[in-house]
Amino acid sequence: MTAALEVLAPGLHTTVQDLGRIGYQNVGLPASGPLDRVSLRLANALVGNPPGTPALEMLLQGATFSVAANSVRVALAGSDGAIEIESSRVRAVPAGQSVRLVRGDVFQVRAFGDSVAAYLAIEGGPDIAPLLGSASTYVRSGIGGFHGRALRRGDRLPLARDGADVRDERALARPVDLGLDLPIRVVLGPQHDYFTDDAIATLLSSDYVVSNHADRMGYRLDGPALVHAKGYNIVSDGTVVGAIQVPGSAQPIILMADNQTTGGYPKIATVISADIPVVARRKPGRAIRFVAVDVENARGLRREQEAALLRDIADLRRVAPTGEIDLSALYTENLVSGVTRAFDDSPLAAR
Amino acid sequence: MTPRFLLSGDTAVTVEFGDRIDRAVSEAVLHLDALVRAAEVPGVVETVPTFRSLTVHYDPLSTGPDVLVPRIGELVEGARDATPPAKLWRVPASYASVHAPDLADVARRTKLSTEEVVDLHTGIQFHVYMLGFAPGYPYMGDLPESLVLPRRADPRTRVPAGSVAIAASMTAIYPVESPGGWHLIGATPIRLFDPHSPHPALFDPGDAVCFEPISVREFEAIRTAVAAGTYRVPCESLTR
Repeated sequence: MTAALEVLAPGLHTTVQDLGRIGYQNVGLPASGPLDRVSLRLANALVGNPPGTPALEMLLQGATFSVAANSVRVALAGSDGAIEIESSRVRAVPAGQSVRLVRGDVFQVRAFGDSVAAYLAIEGGPDIAPLLGSASTYVRSGIGGFHGRALRRGDRLPLARDGADVRDERALARPVDLGLDLPIRVVLGPQHDYFTDDAIATLLSSDYVVSNHADRMGYRLDGPALVHAKGYNIVSDGTVVGAIQVPGSAQPIILMADNQTTGGYPKIATVISADIPVVARRKPGRAIRFVAVDVENARGLRREQEAALLRDIADLRRVAPTGEIDLSALYTENLVSGVTRAFDDSPLAAR
Repeated sequence: MTPRFLLSGDTAVTVEFGDRIDRAVSEAVLHLDALVRAAEVPGVVETVPTFRSLTVHYDPLSTGPDVLVPRIGELVEGARDATPPAKLWRVPASYASVHAPDLADVARRTKLSTEEVVDLHTGIQFHVYMLGFAPGYPYMGDLPESLVLPRRADPRTRVPAGSVAIAASMTAIYPVESPGGWHLIGATPIRLFDPHSPHPALFDPGDAVCFEPISVREFEAIRTAVAAGTYRVPCESLTR
Protein backbone atom coordinates (compact mmCIF):
# COMPACT_ATOMS: atom_id res chain seq x y z
CA MET A 1 0.00 0.00 0.00
CA THR A 2 1.26 3.49 -0.78
CA ALA A 3 2.59 5.65 2.02
CA ALA A 4 -0.08 7.82 3.55
CA LEU A 5 -1.31 9.75 6.53
CA GLU A 6 -4.66 8.32 7.55
CA VAL A 7 -7.09 10.92 8.84
CA LEU A 8 -8.63 9.86 12.16
CA ALA A 9 -10.14 13.29 12.85
CA PRO A 10 -10.02 16.08 10.24
CA GLY A 11 -10.16 19.19 12.43
CA LEU A 12 -12.47 22.01 11.33
CA HIS A 13 -10.97 22.86 7.94
CA THR A 14 -7.76 21.11 6.93
CA THR A 15 -6.60 21.64 3.35
CA VAL A 16 -3.50 21.10 1.23
CA GLN A 17 -1.87 24.44 0.39
CA ASP A 18 1.38 25.43 -1.31
CA LEU A 19 2.43 28.99 -2.18
CA GLY A 20 -0.58 29.42 -4.48
CA ARG A 21 -1.85 29.09 -8.02
CA ILE A 22 -0.41 31.98 -9.98
CA GLY A 23 -1.61 33.19 -13.36
CA TYR A 24 -5.34 32.39 -13.50
CA GLN A 25 -6.94 35.36 -11.78
CA ASN A 26 -7.81 36.70 -15.24
CA VAL A 27 -10.21 33.76 -15.64
CA GLY A 28 -11.69 34.22 -12.17
CA LEU A 29 -9.59 31.67 -10.27
CA PRO A 30 -8.02 33.06 -7.08
CA ALA A 31 -4.45 32.15 -6.18
CA SER A 32 -5.50 30.41 -2.92
CA GLY A 33 -2.39 29.23 -1.08
CA PRO A 34 -1.79 29.67 2.66
CA LEU A 35 -3.48 32.32 4.78
CA ASP A 36 -0.10 32.62 6.55
CA ARG A 37 2.69 32.18 4.01
CA VAL A 38 5.45 32.83 6.58
CA SER A 39 4.38 29.90 8.76
CA LEU A 40 4.01 27.56 5.78
CA ARG A 41 7.61 28.30 4.74
CA LEU A 42 8.89 27.84 8.29
CA ALA A 43 7.13 24.49 8.63
CA ASN A 44 8.66 23.32 5.35
CA ALA A 45 12.14 24.48 6.41
CA LEU A 46 11.83 22.51 9.66
CA VAL A 47 11.41 19.23 7.77
CA GLY A 48 13.99 20.16 5.10
CA ASN A 49 11.55 20.82 2.27
CA PRO A 50 11.82 23.49 -0.44
CA PRO A 51 9.70 26.53 0.58
CA GLY A 52 6.76 25.86 -1.74
CA THR A 53 6.20 22.20 -0.88
CA PRO A 54 2.49 21.53 -0.22
CA ALA A 55 1.63 21.32 3.48
CA LEU A 56 -1.55 20.97 5.51
CA GLU A 57 -3.26 24.16 6.64
CA MET A 58 -5.48 23.67 9.70
CA LEU A 59 -7.90 26.34 10.84
CA LEU A 60 -8.82 26.75 14.53
CA GLN A 61 -8.62 23.05 15.33
CA GLY A 62 -5.98 20.46 14.60
CA ALA A 63 -6.41 17.09 12.91
CA THR A 64 -5.47 13.61 14.13
CA PHE A 65 -3.55 11.21 11.90
CA SER A 66 -2.23 7.69 11.93
CA VAL A 67 1.10 7.08 10.18
CA ALA A 68 0.66 4.56 7.34
CA ALA A 69 4.25 4.75 6.09
CA ASN A 70 7.52 3.26 7.28
CA SER A 71 8.38 6.62 8.81
CA VAL A 72 7.52 10.26 8.30
CA ARG A 73 8.97 13.55 9.54
CA VAL A 74 6.51 16.34 10.36
CA ALA A 75 6.67 19.81 11.90
CA LEU A 76 4.11 22.35 13.00
CA ALA A 77 4.37 26.14 12.58
CA GLY A 78 2.07 29.13 12.84
CA SER A 79 0.72 28.56 16.31
CA ASP A 80 1.92 27.87 19.80
CA GLY A 81 0.22 24.46 19.73
CA ALA A 82 1.94 21.10 19.74
CA ILE A 83 2.02 17.74 18.04
CA GLU A 84 0.88 15.17 20.59
CA ILE A 85 1.98 11.63 19.87
CA GLU A 86 0.34 8.51 21.21
CA SER A 87 2.61 5.55 20.70
CA SER A 88 4.30 3.55 23.43
CA ARG A 89 4.00 6.62 25.62
CA VAL A 90 2.28 9.94 25.12
CA ARG A 91 4.62 12.80 24.36
CA ALA A 92 4.33 16.23 22.75
CA VAL A 93 6.55 18.11 20.35
CA PRO A 94 6.00 21.86 20.39
CA ALA A 95 5.39 23.94 17.27
CA GLY A 96 8.67 24.99 15.67
CA GLN A 97 10.36 21.59 15.97
CA SER A 98 10.40 18.55 13.68
CA VAL A 99 9.78 14.98 14.77
CA ARG A 100 10.16 11.61 13.07
CA LEU A 101 7.30 9.17 13.52
CA VAL A 102 6.95 5.55 12.53
CA ARG A 103 4.22 3.33 11.15
CA GLY A 104 1.26 3.05 13.48
CA ASP A 105 2.04 6.20 15.46
CA VAL A 106 -1.05 8.29 16.07
CA PHE A 107 -0.52 12.03 16.37
CA GLN A 108 -2.80 14.91 17.04
CA VAL A 109 -2.26 18.60 16.37
CA ARG A 110 -3.52 20.22 19.56
CA ALA A 111 -5.53 23.43 19.81
CA PHE A 112 -3.69 26.48 18.65
CA GLY A 113 -3.71 28.97 21.46
CA ASP A 114 -4.33 32.33 19.92
CA SER A 115 -3.76 31.74 16.20
CA VAL A 116 -6.27 30.80 13.50
CA ALA A 117 -3.98 28.84 11.20
CA ALA A 118 -1.33 26.22 11.75
CA TYR A 119 0.75 24.42 9.14
CA LEU A 120 1.85 20.81 9.29
CA ALA A 121 4.71 20.16 6.89
CA ILE A 122 5.71 16.63 5.92
CA GLU A 123 9.21 15.71 4.74
CA GLY A 124 8.89 15.21 0.97
CA GLY A 125 5.33 16.54 1.04
CA PRO A 126 2.05 14.88 0.18
CA ASP A 127 1.87 13.11 -3.19
CA ILE A 128 -0.56 15.54 -4.85
CA ALA A 129 -0.31 16.23 -8.58
CA PRO A 130 -0.33 19.98 -9.20
CA LEU A 131 -3.39 21.34 -10.97
CA LEU A 132 -2.74 24.47 -13.05
CA GLY A 133 0.71 24.67 -11.53
CA SER A 134 -0.25 24.32 -7.87
CA ALA A 135 -1.39 21.81 -5.25
CA SER A 136 -3.37 24.47 -3.37
CA THR A 137 -7.00 23.68 -2.61
CA TYR A 138 -9.74 26.08 -3.70
CA VAL A 139 -12.65 24.44 -1.91
CA ARG A 140 -15.36 26.76 -3.23
CA SER A 141 -14.84 25.47 -6.77
CA GLY A 142 -13.54 22.03 -5.79
CA ILE A 143 -10.18 22.66 -7.46
CA GLY A 144 -6.74 21.34 -6.49
CA GLY A 145 -5.40 19.75 -3.33
CA PHE A 146 -6.91 16.51 -2.05
CA HIS A 147 -9.95 16.00 -4.34
CA GLY A 148 -10.66 19.73 -4.23
CA ARG A 149 -11.89 19.67 -0.65
CA ALA A 150 -10.99 19.75 3.02
CA LEU A 151 -9.83 16.46 4.58
CA ARG A 152 -12.43 14.14 6.09
CA ARG A 153 -12.27 11.29 8.56
CA GLY A 154 -11.06 8.14 6.82
CA ASP A 155 -9.13 9.94 4.04
CA ARG A 156 -5.68 8.62 3.21
CA LEU A 157 -3.43 11.52 2.25
CA PRO A 158 -0.80 9.96 -0.02
CA LEU A 159 2.82 10.82 0.75
CA ALA A 160 5.63 11.34 -1.73
CA ARG A 161 8.07 9.36 0.44
CA ASP A 162 7.65 6.13 2.38
CA GLY A 163 10.47 6.89 4.82
CA ALA A 164 12.06 9.90 6.49
CA ASP A 165 15.83 10.35 6.74
CA VAL A 166 17.35 9.37 10.06
CA ARG A 167 19.02 12.57 11.26
CA ASP A 168 18.86 15.21 13.96
CA GLU A 169 15.63 17.13 14.23
CA ARG A 170 15.46 20.87 13.60
CA ALA A 171 13.97 23.55 15.80
CA LEU A 172 13.51 27.30 15.66
CA ALA A 173 16.32 29.12 17.47
CA ARG A 174 13.86 31.68 18.84
CA PRO A 175 10.09 31.87 19.06
CA VAL A 176 8.32 33.56 16.16
CA ASP A 177 6.34 36.64 17.09
CA LEU A 178 2.85 35.99 15.78
CA GLY A 179 2.14 39.74 16.02
CA LEU A 180 -1.22 39.22 17.69
CA ASP A 181 -1.24 42.72 19.20
CA LEU A 182 0.56 44.65 16.46
CA PRO A 183 -1.26 47.34 14.45
CA ILE A 184 -2.02 46.31 10.86
CA ARG A 185 -0.42 48.50 8.23
CA VAL A 186 -2.42 49.57 5.17
CA VAL A 187 -1.91 51.56 2.00
CA LEU A 188 -4.99 53.76 1.41
CA GLY A 189 -7.01 53.01 -1.72
CA PRO A 190 -7.60 52.03 -4.44
CA GLN A 191 -11.04 53.63 -3.84
CA HIS A 192 -10.54 55.75 -0.73
CA ASP A 193 -12.07 58.63 -2.71
CA TYR A 194 -15.42 56.78 -2.44
CA PHE A 195 -15.44 57.48 1.31
CA THR A 196 -15.86 60.56 3.48
CA ASP A 197 -12.80 61.99 5.21
CA ASP A 198 -14.47 60.97 8.46
CA ALA A 199 -14.64 57.35 7.27
CA ILE A 200 -10.89 57.30 6.59
CA ALA A 201 -10.19 58.90 9.98
CA THR A 202 -12.50 56.33 11.61
CA LEU A 203 -10.72 53.43 9.89
CA LEU A 204 -7.35 54.65 11.15
CA SER A 205 -8.39 55.47 14.71
CA SER A 206 -10.86 52.78 15.78
CA ASP A 207 -10.67 49.27 17.12
CA TYR A 208 -12.23 46.71 14.79
CA VAL A 209 -12.94 43.15 15.86
CA VAL A 210 -12.69 40.01 13.72
CA SER A 211 -16.27 38.71 13.45
CA ASN A 212 -17.44 35.10 13.27
CA HIS A 213 -17.77 35.55 9.51
CA ALA A 214 -14.12 34.83 8.82
CA ASP A 215 -12.95 32.20 6.39
CA ARG A 216 -10.39 31.72 3.61
CA MET A 217 -12.30 34.14 1.34
CA GLY A 218 -12.30 37.03 3.76
CA TYR A 219 -12.45 38.23 7.35
CA ARG A 220 -15.46 40.40 8.08
CA LEU A 221 -14.80 42.93 10.84
CA ASP A 222 -17.18 44.57 13.30
CA GLY A 223 -16.67 48.17 14.31
CA PRO A 224 -17.64 51.79 13.63
CA ALA A 225 -19.42 52.27 10.28
CA LEU A 226 -17.34 53.45 7.32
CA VAL A 227 -19.59 55.88 5.51
CA HIS A 228 -19.49 55.92 1.71
CA ALA A 229 -19.39 59.30 0.01
CA LYS A 230 -20.44 58.06 -3.46
CA GLY A 231 -22.55 54.94 -2.83
CA TYR A 232 -21.34 51.41 -2.30
CA ASN A 233 -21.61 49.99 -5.80
CA ILE A 234 -18.76 50.41 -8.26
CA VAL A 235 -18.34 48.84 -11.66
CA SER A 236 -16.30 45.70 -10.89
CA ASP A 237 -12.55 45.97 -10.87
CA GLY A 238 -9.68 43.76 -9.80
CA THR A 239 -9.05 42.83 -6.16
CA VAL A 240 -5.95 41.76 -4.25
CA VAL A 241 -5.46 39.75 -1.09
CA GLY A 242 -5.61 42.30 1.72
CA ALA A 243 -8.06 44.65 0.03
CA ILE A 244 -10.49 46.12 2.58
CA GLN A 245 -13.85 46.07 0.84
CA VAL A 246 -16.76 48.00 2.31
CA PRO A 247 -20.21 46.82 1.16
CA GLY A 248 -23.54 48.44 1.99
CA SER A 249 -23.35 47.28 5.61
CA ALA A 250 -20.51 49.84 6.07
CA GLN A 251 -18.53 47.11 7.89
CA PRO A 252 -15.14 46.26 6.35
CA ILE A 253 -14.15 42.87 4.90
CA ILE A 254 -10.46 42.02 4.44
CA LEU A 255 -10.10 39.78 1.39
CA MET A 256 -7.96 36.70 2.03
CA ALA A 257 -6.36 33.88 0.01
CA ASP A 258 -9.55 32.60 -1.68
CA ASN A 259 -10.73 36.12 -2.56
CA GLN A 260 -12.98 36.69 -5.54
CA THR A 261 -10.64 38.04 -8.20
CA THR A 262 -12.93 40.96 -9.04
CA GLY A 263 -15.41 42.87 -6.96
CA GLY A 264 -18.05 45.54 -7.08
CA TYR A 265 -17.57 47.23 -3.71
CA PRO A 266 -15.20 50.14 -3.08
CA LYS A 267 -11.96 49.29 -1.29
CA ILE A 268 -11.02 51.93 1.25
CA ALA A 269 -7.50 50.60 1.89
CA THR A 270 -5.32 47.52 1.39
CA VAL A 271 -3.40 45.58 4.03
CA ILE A 272 0.30 45.48 3.10
CA SER A 273 1.69 42.12 2.04
CA ALA A 274 3.94 41.81 5.11
CA ASP A 275 0.89 42.03 7.38
CA ILE A 276 -1.37 39.53 5.57
CA PRO A 277 -0.03 36.64 7.71
CA VAL A 278 -0.48 38.80 10.81
CA VAL A 279 -4.15 39.43 9.97
CA ALA A 280 -4.63 35.78 9.07
CA ARG A 281 -3.67 34.68 12.59
CA ARG A 282 -6.31 36.81 14.35
CA LYS A 283 -9.15 34.73 15.71
CA PRO A 284 -12.77 35.89 15.76
CA GLY A 285 -13.12 38.24 18.72
CA ARG A 286 -9.61 39.69 18.44
CA ALA A 287 -9.07 43.39 17.81
CA ILE A 288 -7.54 44.97 14.72
CA ARG A 289 -6.26 48.52 14.57
CA PHE A 290 -5.09 50.01 11.27
CA VAL A 291 -2.28 52.43 10.54
CA ALA A 292 -1.49 53.93 7.12
CA VAL A 293 1.91 53.68 5.41
CA ASP A 294 2.98 54.55 1.88
CA VAL A 295 3.73 51.90 -0.71
CA GLU A 296 7.54 52.26 -0.61
CA ASN A 297 7.36 51.83 3.17
CA ALA A 298 5.22 48.76 2.65
CA ARG A 299 7.77 47.25 0.27
CA GLY A 300 10.56 47.96 2.75
CA LEU A 301 8.61 46.20 5.50
CA ARG A 302 8.08 43.22 3.21
CA ARG A 303 11.84 43.07 2.49
CA GLU A 304 12.54 43.16 6.23
CA GLN A 305 10.06 40.36 6.83
CA GLU A 306 11.65 38.27 4.08
CA ALA A 307 15.12 38.85 5.52
CA ALA A 308 13.93 37.91 9.02
CA LEU A 309 12.31 34.73 7.68
CA LEU A 310 15.49 33.73 5.84
CA ARG A 311 17.46 34.41 9.06
CA ASP A 312 15.06 32.22 11.07
CA ILE A 313 15.53 29.44 8.51
CA ALA A 314 19.34 29.83 8.44
CA ASP A 315 19.46 29.78 12.25
CA LEU A 316 17.44 26.59 12.73
CA ARG A 317 19.23 24.58 15.41
CA ARG A 318 19.76 20.86 15.56
CA VAL A 319 17.96 18.92 18.24
CA ALA A 320 18.80 15.36 19.22
CA PRO A 321 15.89 13.04 18.38
CA THR A 322 15.31 12.48 22.09
CA GLY A 323 14.54 16.14 22.59
CA GLU A 324 10.79 15.78 22.82
CA ILE A 325 9.02 17.25 25.78
CA ASP A 326 7.41 14.99 28.32
CA LEU A 327 3.73 15.77 28.17
CA SER A 328 3.09 15.70 31.91
CA ALA A 329 5.90 18.19 32.39
CA LEU A 330 4.39 20.36 29.69
CA TYR A 331 1.04 20.42 31.42
CA THR A 332 2.30 20.93 34.94
CA GLU A 333 5.16 23.33 34.39
CA ASN A 334 3.75 25.29 31.45
CA LEU A 335 7.02 25.05 29.54
CA VAL A 336 5.51 26.32 26.34
CA SER A 337 3.60 29.51 26.86
CA GLY A 338 0.07 29.33 25.60
CA VAL A 339 -0.19 25.60 25.18
CA THR A 340 -1.77 24.90 28.52
CA ARG A 341 -4.05 27.85 28.06
CA ALA A 342 -5.02 26.53 24.65
CA PHE A 343 -6.05 23.21 26.10
CA ASP A 344 -8.58 25.01 28.28
CA ASP A 345 -10.25 26.52 25.21
CA SER A 346 -12.71 24.64 23.14
CA PRO A 347 -11.71 25.47 19.56
CA LEU A 348 -15.40 25.71 18.79
CA ALA A 349 -15.89 28.42 21.37
CA ALA A 350 -14.40 30.91 18.94
CA ARG A 351 -16.79 30.10 16.12
CA MET B 1 -7.49 57.27 -23.52
CA THR B 2 -5.43 58.42 -20.54
CA PRO B 3 -5.72 56.13 -17.51
CA ARG B 4 -5.46 56.76 -13.78
CA PHE B 5 -3.02 54.65 -11.78
CA LEU B 6 -4.41 53.36 -8.47
CA LEU B 7 -2.42 51.54 -5.80
CA SER B 8 -3.75 48.21 -4.54
CA GLY B 9 -1.50 47.85 -1.52
CA ASP B 10 2.08 46.82 -2.32
CA THR B 11 1.17 43.96 -4.66
CA ALA B 12 -0.77 45.53 -7.54
CA VAL B 13 -1.27 48.65 -9.60
CA THR B 14 -4.73 49.15 -11.08
CA VAL B 15 -4.76 51.03 -14.38
CA GLU B 16 -8.22 52.59 -14.59
CA PHE B 17 -9.59 53.79 -17.94
CA GLY B 18 -13.08 54.72 -16.75
CA ASP B 19 -15.73 54.16 -14.14
CA ARG B 20 -18.52 52.65 -16.23
CA ILE B 21 -19.30 49.76 -18.56
CA ASP B 22 -18.32 50.96 -22.01
CA ARG B 23 -17.00 49.17 -25.08
CA ALA B 24 -14.30 51.75 -25.79
CA VAL B 25 -13.08 51.53 -22.19
CA SER B 26 -13.07 47.73 -22.40
CA GLU B 27 -11.09 47.77 -25.67
CA ALA B 28 -8.48 50.05 -24.08
CA VAL B 29 -8.20 47.72 -21.06
CA LEU B 30 -7.87 44.59 -23.18
CA HIS B 31 -5.36 46.22 -25.52
CA LEU B 32 -3.16 47.25 -22.60
CA ASP B 33 -3.49 43.74 -21.14
CA ALA B 34 -2.06 42.26 -24.35
CA LEU B 35 0.76 44.83 -24.39
CA VAL B 36 1.75 44.25 -20.74
CA ARG B 37 1.75 40.48 -21.25
CA ALA B 38 3.86 40.76 -24.39
CA ALA B 39 6.31 43.15 -22.72
CA GLU B 40 7.12 40.59 -20.00
CA VAL B 41 7.86 43.36 -17.52
CA PRO B 42 10.18 42.06 -14.78
CA GLY B 43 8.38 41.47 -11.47
CA VAL B 44 4.89 41.44 -13.01
CA VAL B 45 3.16 38.27 -11.82
CA GLU B 46 -0.19 38.39 -13.61
CA THR B 47 -2.75 40.78 -15.06
CA VAL B 48 -6.52 40.90 -14.60
CA PRO B 49 -8.68 42.86 -17.03
CA THR B 50 -12.10 44.06 -15.83
CA PHE B 51 -14.83 46.26 -17.30
CA ARG B 52 -12.90 49.42 -16.68
CA SER B 53 -9.40 48.69 -15.46
CA LEU B 54 -6.39 46.43 -15.71
CA THR B 55 -5.02 45.17 -12.40
CA VAL B 56 -1.30 44.41 -12.71
CA HIS B 57 -0.17 42.12 -9.88
CA TYR B 58 3.54 42.33 -9.03
CA ASP B 59 6.05 40.84 -6.62
CA PRO B 60 6.88 43.59 -4.12
CA LEU B 61 10.29 41.99 -3.50
CA SER B 62 11.33 42.66 -7.09
CA THR B 63 9.48 45.72 -8.36
CA GLY B 64 7.11 48.52 -7.40
CA PRO B 65 4.96 51.36 -8.69
CA ASP B 66 8.02 53.63 -9.04
CA VAL B 67 9.12 51.42 -11.95
CA LEU B 68 5.81 49.99 -13.14
CA VAL B 69 3.75 53.17 -13.46
CA PRO B 70 6.13 54.85 -15.93
CA ARG B 71 6.69 51.56 -17.79
CA ILE B 72 2.96 50.91 -18.19
CA GLY B 73 2.51 54.57 -19.11
CA GLU B 74 4.92 54.06 -22.01
CA LEU B 75 2.94 51.03 -23.16
CA VAL B 76 -0.30 53.06 -23.10
CA GLU B 77 1.40 55.85 -25.09
CA GLY B 78 2.79 53.45 -27.66
CA ALA B 79 -0.49 51.58 -28.16
CA ARG B 80 -1.55 51.27 -31.77
CA ASP B 81 -5.06 50.84 -33.10
CA ALA B 82 -4.57 47.13 -33.79
CA THR B 83 -6.68 45.15 -31.34
CA PRO B 84 -5.44 41.82 -30.04
CA PRO B 85 -6.71 38.67 -31.80
CA ALA B 86 -9.94 37.20 -30.46
CA LYS B 87 -12.44 34.47 -31.23
CA LEU B 88 -16.14 34.30 -32.04
CA TRP B 89 -17.90 31.41 -30.27
CA ARG B 90 -21.27 30.02 -31.35
CA VAL B 91 -22.78 28.66 -28.15
CA PRO B 92 -25.69 26.22 -28.45
CA ALA B 93 -28.46 27.13 -25.99
CA SER B 94 -31.87 25.70 -25.23
CA TYR B 95 -34.56 28.19 -24.27
CA ALA B 96 -37.18 25.47 -23.58
CA SER B 97 -39.13 25.99 -20.38
CA VAL B 98 -37.36 23.03 -18.72
CA HIS B 99 -34.08 24.95 -19.15
CA ALA B 100 -35.44 28.46 -18.64
CA PRO B 101 -37.21 28.83 -15.28
CA ASP B 102 -37.32 32.64 -15.50
CA LEU B 103 -38.06 33.13 -19.22
CA ALA B 104 -41.81 33.63 -18.81
CA ASP B 105 -41.24 36.04 -15.93
CA VAL B 106 -38.66 38.00 -17.93
CA ALA B 107 -41.12 38.20 -20.85
CA ARG B 108 -43.86 39.48 -18.53
CA ARG B 109 -41.63 42.06 -16.90
CA THR B 110 -40.21 43.32 -20.19
CA LYS B 111 -43.66 43.29 -21.87
CA LEU B 112 -42.30 41.04 -24.62
CA SER B 113 -43.30 37.55 -25.73
CA THR B 114 -40.94 34.70 -24.79
CA GLU B 115 -40.19 34.32 -28.52
CA GLU B 116 -39.18 37.99 -28.70
CA VAL B 117 -36.89 37.60 -25.68
CA VAL B 118 -35.20 34.59 -27.31
CA ASP B 119 -34.94 36.37 -30.67
CA LEU B 120 -33.29 39.36 -29.02
CA HIS B 121 -30.87 37.19 -27.02
CA THR B 122 -29.87 35.07 -30.03
CA GLY B 123 -29.61 38.07 -32.36
CA ILE B 124 -26.70 39.77 -30.58
CA GLN B 125 -22.97 39.26 -30.89
CA PHE B 126 -21.91 39.68 -27.26
CA HIS B 127 -18.54 41.00 -26.11
CA VAL B 128 -16.80 39.16 -23.24
CA TYR B 129 -15.87 42.08 -20.98
CA MET B 130 -14.25 40.03 -18.24
CA LEU B 131 -14.25 36.78 -16.28
CA GLY B 132 -14.90 36.94 -12.57
CA PHE B 133 -17.32 36.06 -9.73
CA ALA B 134 -16.40 32.37 -10.23
CA PRO B 135 -13.79 30.57 -12.36
CA GLY B 136 -14.71 30.98 -16.03
CA TYR B 137 -17.81 33.14 -15.36
CA PRO B 138 -18.09 35.47 -18.39
CA TYR B 139 -19.67 38.92 -18.13
CA MET B 140 -21.00 39.53 -21.65
CA GLY B 141 -22.74 42.56 -23.09
CA ASP B 142 -24.57 44.43 -24.10
CA LEU B 143 -28.24 43.56 -23.88
CA PRO B 144 -30.69 45.92 -25.61
CA GLU B 145 -32.53 48.38 -23.34
CA SER B 146 -35.70 46.33 -23.69
CA LEU B 147 -34.12 43.35 -21.89
CA VAL B 148 -32.47 45.27 -19.05
CA LEU B 149 -33.81 44.13 -15.66
CA PRO B 150 -32.38 44.43 -12.15
CA ARG B 151 -31.17 41.26 -10.45
CA ARG B 152 -33.74 39.00 -8.80
CA ALA B 153 -34.94 40.21 -5.40
CA ASP B 154 -34.39 36.70 -3.99
CA PRO B 155 -31.16 35.13 -5.27
CA ARG B 156 -31.16 31.36 -5.74
CA THR B 157 -28.87 29.33 -3.50
CA ARG B 158 -28.31 26.85 -6.35
CA VAL B 159 -28.10 27.75 -10.02
CA PRO B 160 -27.29 24.73 -12.24
CA ALA B 161 -24.07 24.72 -14.26
CA GLY B 162 -24.69 25.82 -17.86
CA SER B 163 -27.53 28.20 -16.98
CA VAL B 164 -27.74 31.15 -19.38
CA ALA B 165 -28.68 34.22 -17.39
CA ILE B 166 -29.31 37.94 -17.74
CA ALA B 167 -29.17 40.90 -15.36
CA ALA B 168 -28.81 44.62 -16.01
CA SER B 169 -27.08 45.03 -19.40
CA MET B 170 -25.20 41.71 -19.12
CA THR B 171 -25.67 38.07 -19.98
CA ALA B 172 -23.63 35.22 -18.50
CA ILE B 173 -23.30 31.45 -18.31
CA TYR B 174 -22.83 29.78 -14.91
CA PRO B 175 -19.72 27.56 -15.35
CA VAL B 176 -20.42 25.48 -12.24
CA GLU B 177 -23.37 25.16 -9.91
CA SER B 178 -23.33 28.14 -7.59
CA PRO B 179 -25.59 30.65 -5.86
CA GLY B 180 -26.86 33.35 -8.18
CA GLY B 181 -29.26 36.24 -8.51
CA TRP B 182 -29.56 36.55 -12.28
CA HIS B 183 -32.62 35.62 -14.37
CA LEU B 184 -32.28 32.17 -15.95
CA ILE B 185 -33.55 32.29 -19.55
CA GLY B 186 -31.87 29.20 -21.01
CA ALA B 187 -29.12 26.64 -20.67
CA THR B 188 -26.14 25.39 -22.64
CA PRO B 189 -24.68 21.87 -22.47
CA ILE B 190 -21.13 23.07 -23.15
CA ARG B 191 -18.42 23.23 -20.49
CA LEU B 192 -17.00 26.69 -19.78
CA PHE B 193 -14.27 25.81 -17.31
CA ASP B 194 -12.05 22.75 -17.18
CA PRO B 195 -9.31 22.90 -14.52
CA HIS B 196 -7.62 19.88 -16.12
CA SER B 197 -6.95 21.84 -19.31
CA PRO B 198 -3.84 24.06 -19.41
CA HIS B 199 -6.14 26.77 -20.82
CA PRO B 200 -8.98 26.20 -18.35
CA ALA B 201 -11.48 28.89 -19.42
CA LEU B 202 -13.20 28.47 -22.78
CA PHE B 203 -13.60 32.21 -23.35
CA ASP B 204 -10.96 34.88 -23.02
CA PRO B 205 -11.85 38.48 -22.24
CA GLY B 206 -12.29 40.21 -25.59
CA ASP B 207 -13.85 37.18 -27.31
CA ALA B 208 -17.28 37.43 -28.93
CA VAL B 209 -20.17 35.06 -28.22
CA CYS B 210 -23.40 34.33 -30.11
CA PHE B 211 -26.12 32.03 -28.79
CA GLU B 212 -27.60 29.53 -31.27
CA PRO B 213 -31.01 28.14 -30.29
CA ILE B 214 -31.25 24.33 -30.02
CA SER B 215 -34.02 21.91 -29.09
CA VAL B 216 -34.14 19.86 -25.91
CA ARG B 217 -33.22 16.80 -27.98
CA GLU B 218 -30.15 18.57 -29.44
CA PHE B 219 -29.25 19.75 -25.94
CA GLU B 220 -29.16 16.15 -24.71
CA ALA B 221 -27.15 14.98 -27.74
CA ILE B 222 -24.54 17.72 -27.26
CA ARG B 223 -24.39 17.07 -23.54
CA THR B 224 -23.62 13.41 -24.21
CA ALA B 225 -20.92 14.39 -26.72
CA VAL B 226 -19.41 16.88 -24.26
CA ALA B 227 -19.22 14.18 -21.60
CA ALA B 228 -17.55 11.85 -24.11
CA GLY B 229 -15.06 14.57 -25.07
CA THR B 230 -16.15 14.54 -28.72
CA TYR B 231 -17.85 17.94 -28.92
CA ARG B 232 -16.09 21.15 -29.96
CA VAL B 233 -17.85 24.46 -29.58
CA PRO B 234 -18.05 26.12 -33.04
CA CYS B 235 -15.50 28.91 -33.14
CA GLU B 236 -13.88 31.21 -35.68
CA SER B 237 -11.41 34.07 -35.72
CA LEU B 238 -13.05 37.33 -34.90
CA THR B 239 -12.76 40.04 -37.50
CA ARG B 240 -13.56 43.52 -36.27
